[in-house]
Amino acid sequence: MTTTTIKDGSENPLLEADKLTKIFGTLKACDAIDLTIGKGEIHALLGENGAGKSTLVKMLFGALQPTSGGISWKGEPVTVSSPAVGRSLGIGMVFQHFSLFDALTAAENIALSLDEKAPLDSIAERAREIGQTYGLPVDPDALVGDLSVGERQRIEIIRCLLQNPDLIILDEPTSVLTPQEADLLFLTLERLRSEGKSILYISHRLEEVRRLCDRATVLRHGKVVSHCDPRGETASSLARMMVGSDIHVIERPSVEKLANKPTPLLQINGLSQKPRGPFSVALHNINLVVNSGEVLGIAGVAGNGQGELFDAISGEVRQEQAGKVTIRSTDASLLGISARRKLGAAFVPEERLGHGAVPDMALTQNLLLSRHSTDKKVFVSGGLLKLVAQSSLATAAKRIISRMDVRKSADNPDASALSGGNLQKFLIGRELDRAPSVLVVNQPTWGVDAGAAALIRQALVNLARSGSAVVVISQDLDELFEISDMMAAMVHGRLSQSVPIEAMNMERAGLMMGGADASSGPIHVGAA
Amino acid sequence: MRIELVRRPQHSALFSALSPFIALLLTLIAGAILFSILGKNPFAALYSYFIEPLTEIWSIHELLIKAAPLILIAVGLSVCFLSNNWNIGAEGQFIAGGIAGSILPIVFPDFQGWYVLPIMLLLGMAGGAAYATIPALLKVRFNTNEILTSLMLVYVAQLFLDWLVRGPWRNPQGYNFPETIQFNASAILPEIWTESGRAHWGFILALIAALAVWFTLSRTLSGFEIKVFGRSARAGRFAGFSAGRLTFFAFLISGALAGLAGIAEVSGAVGQLRTSISPGYGFTAIIVAFLGRLNPLGIVAAGLVLALTYLGGEAAQISLGISEKSARIFQGIMLFFILASDTLIYYRIRIVSRLGDTAAKGA
Repeated sequence: MTTTTIKDGSENPLLEADKLTKIFGTLKACDAIDLTIGKGEIHALLGENGAGKSTLVKMLFGALQPTSGGISWKGEPVTVSSPAVGRSLGIGMVFQHFSLFDALTAAENIALSLDEKAPLDSIAERAREIGQTYGLPVDPDALVGDLSVGERQRIEIIRCLLQNPDLIILDEPTSVLTPQEADLLFLTLERLRSEGKSILYISHRLEEVRRLCDRATVLRHGKVVSHCDPRGETASSLARMMVGSDIHVIERPSVEKLANKPTPLLQINGLSQKPRGPFSVALHNINLVVNSGEVLGIAGVAGNGQGELFDAISGEVRQEQAGKVTIRSTDASLLGISARRKLGAAFVPEERLGHGAVPDMALTQNLLLSRHSTDKKVFVSGGLLKLVAQSSLATAAKRIISRMDVRKSADNPDASALSGGNLQKFLIGRELDRAPSVLVVNQPTWGVDAGAAALIRQALVNLARSGSAVVVISQDLDELFEISDMMAAMVHGRLSQSVPIEAMNMERAGLMMGGADASSGPIHVGAA
Repeated sequence: MRIELVRRPQHSALFSALSPFIALLLTLIAGAILFSILGKNPFAALYSYFIEPLTEIWSIHELLIKAAPLILIAVGLSVCFLSNNWNIGAEGQFIAGGIAGSILPIVFPDFQGWYVLPIMLLLGMAGGAAYATIPALLKVRFNTNEILTSLMLVYVAQLFLDWLVRGPWRNPQGYNFPETIQFNASAILPEIWTESGRAHWGFILALIAALAVWFTLSRTLSGFEIKVFGRSARAGRFAGFSAGRLTFFAFLISGALAGLAGIAEVSGAVGQLRTSISPGYGFTAIIVAFLGRLNPLGIVAAGLVLALTYLGGEAAQISLGISEKSARIFQGIMLFFILASDTLIYYRIRIVSRLGDTAAKGA
């Protein structure tokens, strides 16, 4: 930490929002929000999905116009009518999802976003300079397609800094970084703060907010719940402000108490696979064993082959040789997804709409989607005619909905009409309803509110403790530490060895996610 | 001022139902404008185009004759389009069915009996299905774009038919006209009500096909599979359905129904094979399929509407002296308006007068 003095933004405000309100139809996305960002402070904006963070930021940046309320910039009332106006005032934004062209170089991407016209050479030179000053090393001549996610984020930040902004808005910047990469980012941000720049830092990672930010504004249901000093709070007190109630703590009974001896239910031996397209990652010699009663957590930064591994285990992409994937002692390598389901496996993919569910089909139809082969006797009647038994589907859907507490507005709504958390509860419940022996889930709580996430995590642990093998692929390390018994990490299509959770910590997880072999010897921390 | 399309949060059930009618209305207005430009009284013209053919019994029979192939083909196409297989070559499959079904009465004219007609219909279906297998195979095996291959195969089929009826299958007693011999009586699809007009059993076959496909789509697992793939191929693979198998299935069904339409037309309405057995039924059926919202029951109604444009074209040629090709213009305008009106299901129109000053119109 370079700065320890706690600044009060109201003494020297850079930006003040006064009762900002945004109404979409009948929904008050932002309700009379007051926010003051002081000069030279890192200000955290906290809130669950749907709390109004994005709407608020879009209004500050000029991408949305407030329904009522006003914004003052350096003491003067302003109308930020477009992002271009925002930029000219000195407000820069780094988005969570990068807007870079893969086929262009870093410098060309930066040049595209500048309002002024400048020769490419001078832009590359300035980018290099800024990169050196702020600890953001990037080769301006490198093709973006060849760069890692961390490097791409640096380009976005450099692009933003080239506009010489006074306020930089960062949207969930560490969600795509390893802990070590995040540490480097924090150094950059602290350096910017020491130069008097202000940063609005959007995150739901409470520990890093406590570590980095000077002040925090917590939103819930579009309203400000609290302005506070995050250093004076604990992670759980911040969480309570965000959610409005105590967070359910996951109960994780120890594996030893299980009556039956653990048996391997899912085994992968030396699975390799070529990339299936230009944006696909190759898998290299993947080995894993998951025993009954156990949750294996697979960590990793997005885009390191997790999706490909999921497809390979589920059988959406079959293996080319036998003996690679074994489900309940049966070689499933050459079987498709329906046959693997019949062996007792169940799968929940990362993408809910368009992969795990058809967006504009009703929940009962989406129930049939993954259950038509395993529960043929119940859901399909009429012999060769294969009639869909709508009433059995409705009964089963009702059972899942009540078990998983799925909240919905209509009797049998389309999948797309459910919120992310409720749809995910339904999709996990759809598989749990079968009591599968093996469950593979990719990013189970991505974009899911805290209440639903806790329910889903508890359900996954309970399934394992009932004697099933559960694989959870997730980018959320906190989640994996909460529910895993064994942990491994994926990087560049390779999977590390599984390590018992008792032997894991954040630092080791970070090293594994960065590709260091976590299984060998004591861990040496490199200079961050 | 500019006009913007704003995506609706959920698709509009109201416009989903209204869209075909909006399209019909706009087509009529556009037609009236066209007739005025040609110097005709637009009301009289629209009357003779769309009302007059419905005033006489024999003419309604003609309507059913024209509607039968349109409905048969469009019902098959609905299976293709719902599953995201863009079969544009039904015209070729129609011709292939007509040719295959005609083998018996042309090559073996002495082979007669009650069983001839069923065999002809089956051969017609087989011919259309086999011809549709080509684009399906190319798509599944080589990832070829089925829009291009199925369309190009139409011209192959047309030229093959042309060669057949001018060459090996030409009627030796036909004064060198490009026609085959007249089919014998047992190879003719009978009329439904002989006393009042010419409508043949093709229309009944079309109704049966529409009901069967409607039942399959709405009640069975196969129908579910088709709809899942049409909306999200990724979810279809997750469900364990095979994309390749479904592509074959959809092309086989639509090819078989187009082939059936072909032989029913040749055997029921024409009575021999000629170069001109289709006034573009295979292409018009694409419009029918979309006007019927890809629902087989809606397609029956849409088939009757489009059949009317053919009759109206003939009527307008006689009473107004406008080329019967004007029917094609109507069909084209209609497809344009159908696709345009469907935009309203997912988007609403917003008129923006100046920056930051927005006036929403709930269209």
